[in-house]
Amino acid sequence: MIAESMYQELILEHYKHPQGRGLRDPFDSEVHHVNPTCGDEITMRVKVGEGGKVEDVSYDGQGCSISQAAASVLHELATGSTVEETLSVVEEFTRLMQGRGKVEPDEEVLGDAVAFAGVAKFPARVKCALLAWMAYKDAVVRSA
Amino acid sequence: MSTEFDVERIRKDFPVLSRELPGGRPLVYLDSGNSSQKPTQVIEVMREHLASHYANVGRAMHVLGAESTEAYESARDKVATFVGAPDRDEIVFTKNASEALNLVAYAFGNPINEDPRFVMGPGDEIVISEMEHHSNIVPWQLLARRTGATLRWFSVTDEGRLDLSNLDELVTERTKIVSIAHQSNVLGTVNPVARVLARVRQVGALMMLDASQSVPHKPVDVAALGVDFLAFTGHKAVGPSGIGVLWARGELLEAMPPFLGGGEMIEAVWMDRSTYAPAPHKFEAGTPPIVEAIGLGAALDYLSSIGMDAIAGHERELTGYALEALGEVPGLKVIGPRDLQDRGGTVSFTLEGIHPHDVGQILDDEFGVAVRVGHHCARPLHLRFGIPATTRASFYLYNTPAEIDALVRGLHHVRKVFA
Ligand SMILES: Cc1ncc(COP(=O)(O)O)c(C=O)c1O
Repeated sequence: MIAESMYQELILEHYKHPQGRGLRDPFDSEVHHVNPTCGDEITMRVKVGEGGKVEDVSYDGQGCSISQAAASVLHELATGSTVEETLSVVEEFTRLMQGRGKVEPDEEVLGDAVAFAGVAKFPARVKCALLAWMAYKDAVVRSA
Repeated sequence: MSTEFDVERIRKDFPVLSRELPGGRPLVYLDSGNSSQKPTQVIEVMREHLASHYANVGRAMHVLGAESTEAYESARDKVATFVGAPDRDEIVFTKNASEALNLVAYAFGNPINEDPRFVMGPGDEIVISEMEHHSNIVPWQLLARRTGATLRWFSVTDEGRLDLSNLDELVTERTKIVSIAHQSNVLGTVNPVARVLARVRQVGALMMLDASQSVPHKPVDVAALGVDFLAFTGHKAVGPSGIGVLWARGELLEAMPPFLGGGEMIEAVWMDRSTYAPAPHKFEAGTPPIVEAIGLGAALDYLSSIGMDAIAGHERELTGYALEALGEVPGLKVIGPRDLQDRGGTVSFTLEGIHPHDVGQILDDEFGVAVRVGHHCARPLHLRFGIPATTRASFYLYNTPAEIDALVRGLHHVRKVFA
Protein backbone atom coordinates (compact mmCIF):
# COMPACT_ATOMS: atom_id res chain seq x y z
CA MET A 1 0.00 0.00 0.00
CA ILE A 2 1.06 3.60 -0.53
CA ALA A 3 1.28 4.66 3.10
CA GLU A 4 3.75 1.87 3.83
CA SER A 5 6.04 3.62 1.37
CA MET A 6 5.60 6.82 3.30
CA TYR A 7 6.58 5.21 6.59
CA GLN A 8 10.14 4.42 5.54
CA GLU A 9 12.29 2.54 8.01
CA LEU A 10 14.48 5.61 8.34
CA ILE A 11 11.50 7.78 9.28
CA LEU A 12 10.26 5.32 11.87
CA GLU A 13 13.80 5.02 13.26
CA HIS A 14 14.08 8.80 13.71
CA TYR A 15 10.61 8.93 15.22
CA LYS A 16 11.41 6.27 17.78
CA HIS A 17 14.91 7.62 18.49
CA PRO A 18 14.91 11.33 17.78
CA GLN A 19 18.33 12.91 17.35
CA GLY A 20 19.23 16.14 19.10
CA ARG A 21 15.85 16.59 20.72
CA GLY A 22 15.52 19.00 23.64
CA LEU A 23 16.14 22.75 23.82
CA ARG A 24 19.72 23.78 24.51
CA ASP A 25 21.78 26.86 25.33
CA PRO A 26 23.44 28.86 23.93
CA PHE A 27 21.31 29.92 21.01
CA ASP A 28 20.98 32.95 18.72
CA SER A 29 17.30 32.67 17.94
CA GLU A 30 14.27 30.70 18.96
CA VAL A 31 11.05 30.24 16.99
CA HIS A 32 7.76 28.48 17.62
CA HIS A 33 5.78 27.12 14.68
CA VAL A 34 2.39 25.42 14.67
CA ASN A 35 0.38 23.51 12.14
CA PRO A 36 -3.14 24.67 12.94
CA THR A 37 -4.85 21.87 11.05
CA CYS A 38 -3.36 19.10 13.15
CA GLY A 39 -1.94 20.88 16.18
CA ASP A 40 1.63 19.80 15.56
CA GLU A 41 4.05 22.20 17.22
CA ILE A 42 7.74 22.80 17.30
CA THR A 43 10.03 25.14 19.19
CA MET A 44 13.41 25.45 17.55
CA ARG A 45 16.70 27.12 18.48
CA VAL A 46 19.74 27.66 16.32
CA LYS A 47 23.25 28.63 17.24
CA VAL A 48 25.39 29.92 14.39
CA GLY A 49 29.15 30.24 14.90
CA GLU A 50 32.01 31.69 12.94
CA GLY A 51 31.94 31.49 9.18
CA GLY A 52 28.22 30.80 9.25
CA LYS A 53 28.75 27.38 10.75
CA VAL A 54 25.64 25.88 12.34
CA GLU A 55 26.81 24.81 15.77
CA ASP A 56 23.53 23.52 17.10
CA VAL A 57 19.92 23.01 16.12
CA SER A 58 17.87 22.08 19.14
CA TYR A 59 14.14 21.57 19.25
CA ASP A 60 11.20 20.33 21.17
CA GLY A 61 7.69 19.68 20.05
CA GLN A 62 4.88 17.29 19.56
CA GLY A 63 3.26 15.76 16.56
CA CYS A 64 2.99 12.82 14.26
CA SER A 65 5.83 10.55 13.18
CA ILE A 66 6.42 12.54 10.01
CA SER A 67 6.81 15.91 11.72
CA GLN A 68 8.95 14.54 14.53
CA ALA A 69 11.20 12.51 12.27
CA ALA A 70 11.63 15.49 9.95
CA ALA A 71 12.95 17.56 12.87
CA SER A 72 15.37 14.81 13.85
CA VAL A 73 16.71 14.40 10.31
CA LEU A 74 17.06 18.16 10.01
CA HIS A 75 19.10 18.28 13.22
CA GLU A 76 21.50 15.70 11.84
CA LEU A 77 21.84 17.35 8.45
CA ALA A 78 22.22 20.91 9.66
CA THR A 79 24.50 20.57 12.64
CA GLY A 80 28.07 21.12 11.46
CA SER A 81 27.16 22.47 8.03
CA THR A 82 27.13 26.09 7.04
CA VAL A 83 23.95 28.14 6.94
CA GLU A 84 24.34 28.51 3.22
CA GLU A 85 24.64 24.76 2.63
CA THR A 86 21.66 23.97 4.83
CA LEU A 87 19.47 26.54 3.12
CA SER A 88 20.02 24.85 -0.21
CA VAL A 89 18.97 21.54 1.38
CA VAL A 90 15.86 23.26 2.77
CA GLU A 91 15.11 24.56 -0.70
CA GLU A 92 15.45 21.12 -2.29
CA PHE A 93 13.39 19.51 0.47
CA THR A 94 10.63 22.09 -0.01
CA ARG A 95 10.65 21.49 -3.75
CA LEU A 96 10.35 17.75 -3.18
CA MET A 97 7.50 18.11 -0.67
CA GLN A 98 5.52 20.48 -2.85
CA GLY A 99 6.01 18.36 -5.96
CA ARG A 100 2.90 16.15 -5.42
CA GLY A 101 5.10 13.08 -5.73
CA LYS A 102 6.14 14.01 -9.26
CA VAL A 103 9.52 15.54 -8.44
CA GLU A 104 12.66 13.41 -8.75
CA PRO A 105 14.56 14.00 -5.49
CA ASP A 106 18.22 15.00 -5.63
CA GLU A 107 19.71 12.49 -3.25
CA GLU A 108 23.08 14.16 -3.44
CA VAL A 109 21.67 17.32 -1.86
CA LEU A 110 19.09 15.72 0.42
CA GLY A 111 20.97 12.87 2.04
CA ASP A 112 18.73 11.06 4.55
CA ALA A 113 15.93 13.55 3.93
CA VAL A 114 15.24 11.72 0.67
CA ALA A 115 13.33 9.19 2.77
CA PHE A 116 10.48 11.68 2.95
CA ALA A 117 9.86 11.51 -0.82
CA GLY A 118 6.76 9.32 -0.25
CA VAL A 119 5.13 11.98 1.94
CA ALA A 120 4.73 14.26 -1.06
CA LYS A 121 1.96 11.98 -2.34
CA PHE A 122 -0.16 12.82 0.71
CA PRO A 123 -1.07 16.52 0.51
CA ALA A 124 -2.47 16.41 4.04
CA ARG A 125 0.89 15.33 5.42
CA VAL A 126 3.21 17.64 3.49
CA LYS A 127 2.80 20.33 6.13
CA CYS A 128 3.86 17.84 8.79
CA ALA A 129 7.12 17.14 6.98
CA LEU A 130 7.76 20.83 6.38
CA LEU A 131 7.00 22.10 9.88
CA ALA A 132 10.51 21.73 11.33
CA TRP A 133 12.19 22.79 8.12
CA MET A 134 10.18 26.00 7.85
CA ALA A 135 10.88 26.70 11.51
CA TYR A 136 14.59 26.22 10.84
CA LYS A 137 14.55 28.61 7.91
CA ASP A 138 12.77 31.18 10.05
CA ALA A 139 15.19 30.69 12.95
CA VAL A 140 18.22 31.10 10.71
CA VAL A 141 16.87 34.35 9.26
CA ARG A 142 16.29 35.68 12.76
CA SER A 143 19.72 34.65 13.97
CA ALA A 144 21.45 36.88 11.44
CA MET B 1 -27.80 -7.70 16.78
CA SER B 2 -31.54 -7.41 17.25
CA THR B 3 -33.59 -9.47 14.85
CA GLU B 4 -35.83 -6.73 13.51
CA PHE B 5 -32.95 -4.36 12.68
CA ASP B 6 -31.82 -5.54 9.26
CA VAL B 7 -28.52 -3.75 8.82
CA GLU B 8 -27.70 -5.60 5.60
CA ARG B 9 -30.87 -4.31 4.01
CA ILE B 10 -30.12 -0.80 5.24
CA ARG B 11 -26.60 -0.98 3.81
CA LYS B 12 -28.08 -1.66 0.37
CA ASP B 13 -29.81 1.72 0.57
CA PHE B 14 -26.42 3.48 0.72
CA PRO B 15 -24.69 3.09 -2.65
CA VAL B 16 -21.30 4.30 -1.42
CA LEU B 17 -21.04 1.47 1.10
CA SER B 18 -20.59 -1.06 -1.66
CA ARG B 19 -17.88 0.82 -3.50
CA GLU B 20 -14.33 -0.37 -3.56
CA LEU B 21 -11.42 1.87 -2.65
CA PRO B 22 -8.26 1.95 -4.76
CA GLY B 23 -6.39 -1.31 -4.38
CA GLY B 24 -9.61 -3.29 -3.99
CA ARG B 25 -10.13 -2.48 -0.32
CA PRO B 26 -13.73 -2.37 0.89
CA LEU B 27 -14.86 0.86 2.53
CA VAL B 28 -15.33 0.79 6.30
CA TYR B 29 -16.96 4.12 7.01
CA LEU B 30 -16.67 5.04 10.69
CA ASP B 31 -16.84 8.81 10.28
CA SER B 32 -20.56 9.55 10.37
CA GLY B 33 -20.09 11.92 13.30
CA ASN B 34 -18.24 14.08 10.82
CA SER B 35 -20.74 13.63 8.02
CA SER B 36 -23.05 10.75 7.20
CA GLN B 37 -23.51 8.89 3.93
CA LYS B 38 -26.72 9.27 1.88
CA PRO B 39 -29.32 6.65 0.97
CA THR B 40 -30.75 6.26 -2.53
CA GLN B 41 -34.10 7.51 -1.18
CA VAL B 42 -32.55 10.95 -0.51
CA ILE B 43 -30.50 11.06 -3.69
CA GLU B 44 -33.57 10.16 -5.76
CA VAL B 45 -35.87 12.74 -4.18
CA MET B 46 -33.29 15.44 -4.84
CA ARG B 47 -32.67 14.25 -8.38
CA GLU B 48 -36.39 14.06 -9.09
CA HIS B 49 -36.96 17.57 -7.78
CA LEU B 50 -34.14 18.97 -9.89
CA ALA B 51 -35.31 17.04 -12.94
CA SER B 52 -39.02 17.76 -12.83
CA HIS B 53 -40.14 20.31 -10.25
CA TYR B 54 -37.40 22.85 -9.73
CA ALA B 55 -38.07 26.59 -9.55
CA ASN B 56 -37.49 29.27 -6.95
CA VAL B 57 -39.73 29.17 -3.91
CA GLY B 58 -42.21 31.62 -2.48
CA ARG B 59 -42.17 34.06 -5.34
CA ALA B 60 -42.78 32.29 -8.66
CA MET B 61 -46.37 32.37 -9.93
CA HIS B 62 -46.29 29.27 -12.09
CA VAL B 63 -46.71 25.53 -11.80
CA LEU B 64 -43.07 24.81 -11.11
CA GLY B 65 -42.91 27.61 -8.57
CA ALA B 66 -45.92 26.20 -6.80
CA GLU B 67 -44.55 22.64 -6.84
CA SER B 68 -41.15 23.74 -5.63
CA THR B 69 -42.65 25.87 -2.85
CA GLU B 70 -44.94 23.03 -1.86
CA ALA B 71 -42.00 20.60 -1.64
CA TYR B 72 -39.82 23.06 0.28
CA GLU B 73 -42.55 23.89 2.76
CA SER B 74 -43.50 20.28 3.20
CA ALA B 75 -39.87 19.62 4.16
CA ARG B 76 -40.44 22.13 6.94
CA ASP B 77 -43.47 20.13 8.07
CA LYS B 78 -41.37 16.99 8.14
CA VAL B 79 -38.68 18.61 10.24
CA ALA B 80 -41.29 19.99 12.64
CA THR B 81 -42.83 16.56 13.08
CA PHE B 82 -39.45 14.87 13.40
CA VAL B 83 -38.31 17.05 16.32
CA GLY B 84 -41.74 17.46 17.88
CA ALA B 85 -42.03 21.20 17.26
CA PRO B 86 -45.43 22.48 18.38
CA ASP B 87 -45.66 24.73 15.33
CA ARG B 88 -44.14 24.36 11.85
CA ASP B 89 -43.32 28.08 11.78
CA GLU B 90 -40.80 27.45 14.54
CA ILE B 91 -38.54 25.67 12.05
CA VAL B 92 -36.00 27.98 10.41
CA PHE B 93 -33.87 26.58 7.60
CA THR B 94 -30.23 27.62 7.79
CA LYS B 95 -27.23 26.38 5.88
CA ASN B 96 -25.92 24.30 8.80
CA ALA B 97 -25.84 24.07 12.58
CA SER B 98 -23.13 26.71 12.75
CA GLU B 99 -25.40 29.28 11.09
CA ALA B 100 -28.25 28.40 13.44
CA LEU B 101 -26.00 28.97 16.46
CA ASN B 102 -24.71 32.25 15.06
CA LEU B 103 -28.25 33.38 14.30
CA VAL B 104 -29.26 32.98 17.94
CA ALA B 105 -26.07 34.58 19.29
CA TYR B 106 -26.69 37.54 17.00
CA ALA B 107 -30.08 38.16 18.62
CA PHE B 108 -28.47 39.07 21.95
CA GLY B 109 -27.11 42.50 22.75
CA ASN B 110 -28.51 43.68 19.47
CA PRO B 111 -29.76 47.31 19.52
CA ILE B 112 -32.72 46.41 17.33
CA ASN B 113 -33.91 43.81 19.81
CA GLU B 114 -35.34 45.45 22.92
CA ASP B 115 -36.81 42.31 24.47
CA PRO B 116 -35.23 42.24 27.95
CA ARG B 117 -34.36 38.55 27.66
CA PHE B 118 -31.98 39.42 24.84
CA VAL B 119 -30.54 42.68 26.15
CA MET B 120 -26.90 42.09 26.94
CA GLY B 121 -23.98 44.14 28.17
CA PRO B 122 -21.17 44.20 30.74
CA GLY B 123 -22.20 42.24 33.82
CA ASP B 124 -24.33 39.78 31.87
CA GLU B 125 -23.10 36.25 31.36
CA ILE B 126 -23.13 33.57 28.69
CA VAL B 127 -22.55 29.96 29.76
CA ILE B 128 -21.23 27.20 27.51
CA SER B 129 -19.09 24.13 28.25
CA GLU B 130 -15.60 22.85 27.71
CA MET B 131 -16.85 19.99 25.53
CA GLU B 132 -18.37 22.20 22.84
CA HIS B 133 -17.70 22.09 19.13
CA HIS B 134 -16.08 25.34 17.96
CA SER B 135 -19.45 26.19 16.38
CA ASN B 136 -20.91 26.46 19.87
CA ILE B 137 -17.94 28.40 21.24
CA VAL B 138 -16.85 31.02 18.74
CA PRO B 139 -20.28 32.65 18.14
CA TRP B 140 -20.57 33.21 21.92
CA GLN B 141 -17.02 34.55 22.14
CA LEU B 142 -17.91 37.01 19.40
CA LEU B 143 -21.08 37.95 21.26
CA ALA B 144 -19.11 38.51 24.47
CA ARG B 145 -16.67 40.72 22.54
CA ARG B 146 -19.48 42.74 20.96
CA THR B 147 -21.40 43.32 24.17
CA GLY B 148 -18.85 43.25 26.96
CA ALA B 149 -20.69 40.30 28.52
CA THR B 150 -18.68 37.56 30.23
CA LEU B 151 -18.29 34.09 28.77
CA ARG B 152 -18.24 31.27 31.33
CA TRP B 153 -18.24 27.51 30.96
CA PHE B 154 -18.89 24.18 32.62
CA SER B 155 -15.82 22.04 32.96
CA VAL B 156 -15.66 18.39 32.02
CA THR B 157 -14.87 15.58 34.46
CA ASP B 158 -12.07 13.07 33.89
CA GLU B 159 -14.72 10.61 32.82
CA GLY B 160 -15.91 13.00 30.13
CA ARG B 161 -19.12 14.16 31.79
CA LEU B 162 -20.34 17.70 32.25
CA ASP B 163 -19.19 18.83 35.71
CA LEU B 164 -22.36 20.13 37.35
CA SER B 165 -20.85 20.47 40.83
CA ASN B 166 -20.84 24.27 40.47
CA LEU B 167 -24.07 24.56 38.51
CA ASP B 168 -25.53 27.07 40.94
CA GLU B 169 -22.44 29.30 40.95
CA LEU B 170 -22.10 29.14 37.20
CA VAL B 171 -25.69 29.73 36.20
CA THR B 172 -26.93 32.76 38.14
CA GLU B 173 -29.16 35.80 37.90
CA ARG B 174 -26.46 37.30 35.66
CA THR B 175 -26.81 34.49 33.10
CA LYS B 176 -28.71 35.35 29.93
CA ILE B 177 -28.14 32.23 27.88
CA VAL B 178 -26.78 28.73 28.40
CA SER B 179 -25.80 26.85 25.26
CA ILE B 180 -24.45 23.32 25.43
CA ALA B 181 -24.21 20.22 23.28
CA HIS B 182 -26.99 17.69 23.61
CA GLN B 183 -24.41 15.04 22.75
CA SER B 184 -20.66 15.60 22.51
CA ASN B 185 -19.08 15.05 19.09
CA VAL B 186 -15.88 13.78 20.74
CA LEU B 187 -16.82 12.07 24.00
CA GLY B 188 -20.18 10.71 22.94
CA THR B 189 -21.54 12.00 26.25
CA VAL B 190 -25.24 12.84 26.35
CA ASN B 191 -25.68 15.81 28.65
CA PRO B 192 -28.27 16.04 31.46
CA VAL B 193 -30.46 18.70 29.88
CA ALA B 194 -33.21 18.58 32.51
CA ARG B 195 -30.87 19.31 35.42
CA VAL B 196 -29.26 22.27 33.69
CA LEU B 197 -32.59 23.54 32.42
CA ALA B 198 -34.14 23.51 35.89
CA ARG B 199 -31.43 25.93 37.06
CA VAL B 200 -31.72 28.01 33.88
CA ARG B 201 -35.43 28.46 34.55
CA GLN B 202 -34.78 29.33 38.19
CA VAL B 203 -32.61 32.27 37.15
CA GLY B 204 -34.79 33.29 34.21
CA ALA B 205 -32.23 32.67 31.48
CA LEU B 206 -32.67 31.03 28.07
CA MET B 207 -31.22 27.70 26.97
CA MET B 208 -29.98 26.43 23.63
CA LEU B 209 -28.98 22.91 22.66
CA ASP B 210 -26.51 22.05 19.95
CA ALA B 211 -28.24 18.87 18.84
CA SER B 212 -26.01 18.22 15.81
CA GLN B 213 -24.97 14.86 17.26
CA SER B 214 -28.27 13.82 18.82
CA VAL B 215 -31.06 14.51 16.32
CA PRO B 216 -29.55 12.13 13.71
CA HIS B 217 -29.17 9.30 16.21
CA LYS B 218 -32.09 9.11 18.59
CA PRO B 219 -35.59 10.42 19.15
CA VAL B 220 -35.45 14.11 20.04
CA ASP B 221 -38.56 16.01 21.04
CA VAL B 222 -38.12 19.73 21.60
CA ALA B 223 -41.35 20.05 23.54
CA ALA B 224 -40.33 17.26 25.91
CA LEU B 225 -36.83 18.72 26.31
CA GLY B 226 -38.35 22.08 27.17
CA VAL B 227 -35.41 24.20 26.01
CA ASP B 228 -35.70 27.44 24.05
CA PHE B 229 -33.50 26.87 21.00
CA LEU B 230 -32.14 23.81 19.26
CA ALA B 231 -29.80 23.51 16.28
CA PHE B 232 -28.87 20.62 14.07
CA THR B 233 -27.38 20.02 10.66
CA GLY B 234 -28.72 17.97 7.73
CA HIS B 235 -25.53 16.33 6.49
CA LYS B 236 -25.05 14.31 9.67
CA ALA B 237 -28.60 12.93 9.40
CA VAL B 238 -28.28 11.15 6.03
CA GLY B 239 -29.34 14.41 4.38
CA PRO B 240 -27.33 16.65 2.07
CA SER B 241 -24.83 19.30 3.12
CA GLY B 242 -25.91 22.93 2.84
CA ILE B 243 -28.98 22.65 5.03
CA GLY B 244 -29.35 23.07 8.76
CA VAL B 245 -32.17 23.76 11.16
CA LEU B 246 -32.88 26.16 13.96
CA TRP B 247 -35.87 25.39 16.10
CA ALA B 248 -36.90 28.09 18.56
CA ARG B 249 -40.03 28.80 20.56
CA GLY B 250 -42.33 30.90 18.41
CA GLU B 251 -42.55 33.88 20.70
CA LEU B 252 -38.74 34.05 20.85
CA LEU B 253 -38.45 34.00 17.08
CA GLU B 254 -40.94 36.83 17.03
CA ALA B 255 -38.80 38.88 19.39
CA MET B 256 -35.53 38.17 17.59
CA PRO B 257 -34.15 40.51 14.94
CA PRO B 258 -33.40 39.29 11.41
CA PHE B 259 -29.93 37.84 10.98
CA LEU B 260 -29.41 38.37 7.27
CA GLY B 261 -31.34 40.88 5.19
CA GLY B 262 -32.52 40.26 1.65
CA GLY B 263 -35.27 38.96 -0.54
CA GLU B 264 -38.18 37.03 0.93
CA MET B 265 -37.50 38.03 4.52
CA ILE B 266 -39.47 41.27 4.25
CA GLU B 267 -43.03 42.43 4.38
CA ALA B 268 -42.52 45.89 2.86
CA VAL B 269 -39.44 47.86 1.93
CA TRP B 270 -39.00 51.60 1.63
CA MET B 271 -35.73 53.31 0.81
CA ASP B 272 -34.98 54.02 4.44
CA ARG B 273 -36.59 51.13 6.34
CA SER B 274 -38.35 47.78 6.07
CA THR B 275 -40.80 45.66 7.91
CA TYR B 276 -40.15 41.98 8.15
CA ALA B 277 -42.01 38.83 7.26
CA PRO B 278 -43.09 36.71 10.21
CA ALA B 279 -40.89 33.78 11.26
CA PRO B 280 -39.59 31.56 9.84
CA HIS B 281 -39.26 33.64 6.66
CA LYS B 282 -37.83 36.58 8.58
CA PHE B 283 -34.71 34.45 9.02
CA GLU B 284 -34.50 33.03 5.51
CA ALA B 285 -33.12 35.87 3.41
CA GLY B 286 -32.49 35.17 -0.25
CA THR B 287 -33.06 32.01 -2.23
CA PRO B 288 -32.76 29.19 0.30
CA PRO B 289 -31.07 25.83 -0.24
CA ILE B 290 -34.26 24.50 -1.86
CA VAL B 291 -33.19 21.07 -3.03
CA GLU B 292 -31.15 20.55 0.13
CA ALA B 293 -34.15 21.28 2.34
CA ILE B 294 -36.23 18.83 0.31
CA GLY B 295 -33.40 16.31 0.62
CA LEU B 296 -33.41 16.77 4.37
CA GLY B 297 -37.14 16.11 4.41
CA ALA B 298 -36.50 12.87 2.53
CA ALA B 299 -33.70 12.00 4.94
CA LEU B 300 -35.97 12.40 7.94
CA ASP B 301 -38.64 10.32 6.19
CA TYR B 302 -36.02 7.64 5.66
CA LEU B 303 -34.86 7.69 9.29
CA SER B 304 -38.47 7.62 10.50
CA SER B 305 -39.26 4.65 8.27
CA ILE B 306 -36.58 2.71 10.13
CA GLY B 307 -37.47 4.24 13.46
CA MET B 308 -35.30 6.42 15.66
CA ASP B 309 -35.69 4.07 18.60
CA ALA B 310 -34.44 1.18 16.49
CA ILE B 311 -31.50 3.26 15.22
CA ALA B 312 -30.58 4.29 18.75
CA GLY B 313 -30.80 0.65 19.85
CA HIS B 314 -28.57 -0.50 17.02
CA GLU B 315 -25.96 2.16 17.75
CA ARG B 316 -26.06 1.26 21.41
CA GLU B 317 -25.20 -2.34 20.61
CA LEU B 318 -22.40 -1.22 18.31
CA THR B 319 -21.04 1.14 20.95
CA GLY B 320 -21.05 -1.56 23.60
CA TYR B 321 -19.30 -3.91 21.23
CA ALA B 322 -16.73 -1.25 20.29
CA LEU B 323 -15.96 -0.20 23.85
CA GLU B 324 -15.29 -3.80 24.73
CA ALA B 325 -13.23 -4.61 21.62
CA LEU B 326 -11.20 -1.39 21.84
CA GLY B 327 -10.55 -2.03 25.51
CA GLU B 328 -8.47 -5.01 24.47
CA VAL B 329 -6.08 -3.03 22.30
CA PRO B 330 -2.93 -2.44 24.41
CA GLY B 331 -2.14 1.21 25.04
CA LEU B 332 -5.58 2.37 23.90
CA LYS B 333 -7.31 4.90 26.10
CA VAL B 334 -10.91 5.94 25.50
CA ILE B 335 -11.49 9.65 26.03
CA GLY B 336 -15.07 9.74 27.28
CA PRO B 337 -17.45 7.51 29.20
CA ARG B 338 -16.54 3.84 29.13
CA ASP B 339 -20.05 2.65 29.88
CA LEU B 340 -23.26 2.96 27.88
CA GLN B 341 -25.04 5.20 30.36
CA ASP B 342 -26.01 8.48 28.66
CA ARG B 343 -23.63 8.07 25.77
CA GLY B 344 -23.97 7.79 22.02
CA GLY B 345 -22.03 6.02 19.29
CA THR B 346 -18.94 8.18 19.15
CA VAL B 347 -15.73 6.73 20.57
CA SER B 348 -12.56 8.81 20.68
CA PHE B 349 -9.29 7.39 21.87
CA THR B 350 -5.53 7.72 22.01
CA LEU B 351 -2.99 5.02 21.30
CA GLU B 352 0.02 5.35 23.52
CA GLY B 353 3.05 6.75 21.73
CA ILE B 354 1.35 6.97 18.34
CA HIS B 355 0.01 10.17 16.91
CA PRO B 356 -3.60 10.04 15.64
CA HIS B 357 -2.51 11.18 12.19
CA ASP B 358 -0.35 8.12 11.86
CA VAL B 359 -3.20 5.97 13.14
CA GLY B 360 -5.69 7.43 10.67
CA GLN B 361 -3.32 7.20 7.74
CA ILE B 362 -2.60 3.52 8.19
CA LEU B 363 -6.22 2.63 8.97
CA ASP B 364 -7.32 4.31 5.78
CA ASP B 365 -4.53 3.25 3.54
CA GLU B 366 -4.29 -0.40 4.46
CA PHE B 367 -7.70 -1.29 5.78
CA GLY B 368 -10.05 1.19 4.12
CA VAL B 369 -11.18 2.24 7.59
CA ALA B 370 -12.27 5.89 7.54
CA VAL B 371 -12.06 7.53 10.96
CA ARG B 372 -11.47 11.12 11.93
CA VAL B 373 -8.20 12.24 13.50
CA GLY B 374 -7.34 15.59 15.05
CA HIS B 375 -9.21 17.75 17.52
CA HIS B 376 -12.58 17.37 15.79
CA CYS B 377 -13.29 21.10 16.08
CA ALA B 378 -13.15 20.76 19.86
CA ARG B 379 -9.70 22.05 20.69
CA PRO B 380 -10.52 23.27 24.22
CA LEU B 381 -11.76 19.79 25.13
CA HIS B 382 -8.49 18.28 23.94
CA LEU B 383 -6.53 20.89 25.90
CA ARG B 384 -8.60 19.89 28.92
CA PHE B 385 -7.37 16.31 28.56
CA GLY B 386 -3.84 17.48 27.80
CA ILE B 387 -3.72 15.86 24.38
CA PRO B 388 -3.31 17.49 20.99
CA ALA B 389 -5.57 15.09 19.12
CA THR B 390 -7.55 11.87 19.21
CA THR B 391 -8.71 9.22 16.78
CA ARG B 392 -12.49 9.07 16.58
CA ALA B 393 -14.73 6.27 15.36
CA SER B 394 -18.38 7.21 15.04
CA PHE B 395 -21.19 4.81 14.23
CA TYR B 396 -24.50 5.05 12.45
CA LEU B 397 -27.40 2.90 11.39
CA TYR B 398 -25.44 1.26 8.56
CA ASN B 399 -22.42 0.12 10.58
CA THR B 400 -21.80 -3.47 11.65
CA PRO B 401 -19.78 -5.29 14.32
CA ALA B 402 -17.61 -6.66 11.49
CA GLU B 403 -16.55 -3.08 10.73
CA ILE B 404 -15.54 -2.59 14.33
CA ASP B 405 -13.51 -5.81 14.04
CA ALA B 406 -11.79 -4.29 11.00
CA LEU B 407 -10.97 -1.18 13.03
CA VAL B 408 -9.50 -3.26 15.83
CA ARG B 409 -7.44 -5.35 13.38
CA GLY B 410 -6.18 -2.12 11.86
CA LEU B 411 -5.20 -0.74 15.25
CA HIS B 412 -3.20 -3.87 16.06
CA HIS B 413 -1.36 -3.38 12.79
CA VAL B 414 -0.73 0.30 13.53
CA ARG B 415 0.87 -0.74 16.80
CA LYS B 416 3.11 -3.18 14.96
CA VAL B 417 4.31 -0.52 12.51
CA PHE B 418 5.23 1.87 15.32
CA ALA B 419 6.36 -0.71 17.89
C1 LIG C 1 -21.61 19.05 18.06
C2 LIG C 1 -21.49 19.76 16.77
N1 LIG C 1 -21.90 21.02 16.67
C3 LIG C 1 -21.84 21.71 15.52
C4 LIG C 1 -21.34 21.13 14.37
C5 LIG C 1 -21.27 21.97 13.15
O1 LIG C 1 -22.04 21.48 12.11
P1 LIG C 1 -21.97 22.24 10.71
O2 LIG C 1 -20.52 22.19 10.31
O3 LIG C 1 -22.83 21.47 9.79
O4 LIG C 1 -22.41 23.64 10.96
C6 LIG C 1 -20.90 19.82 14.43
C7 LIG C 1 -20.35 19.15 13.23
O5 LIG C 1 -19.21 19.21 12.88
C8 LIG C 1 -20.97 19.12 15.65
O6 LIG C 1 -20.53 17.86 15.75
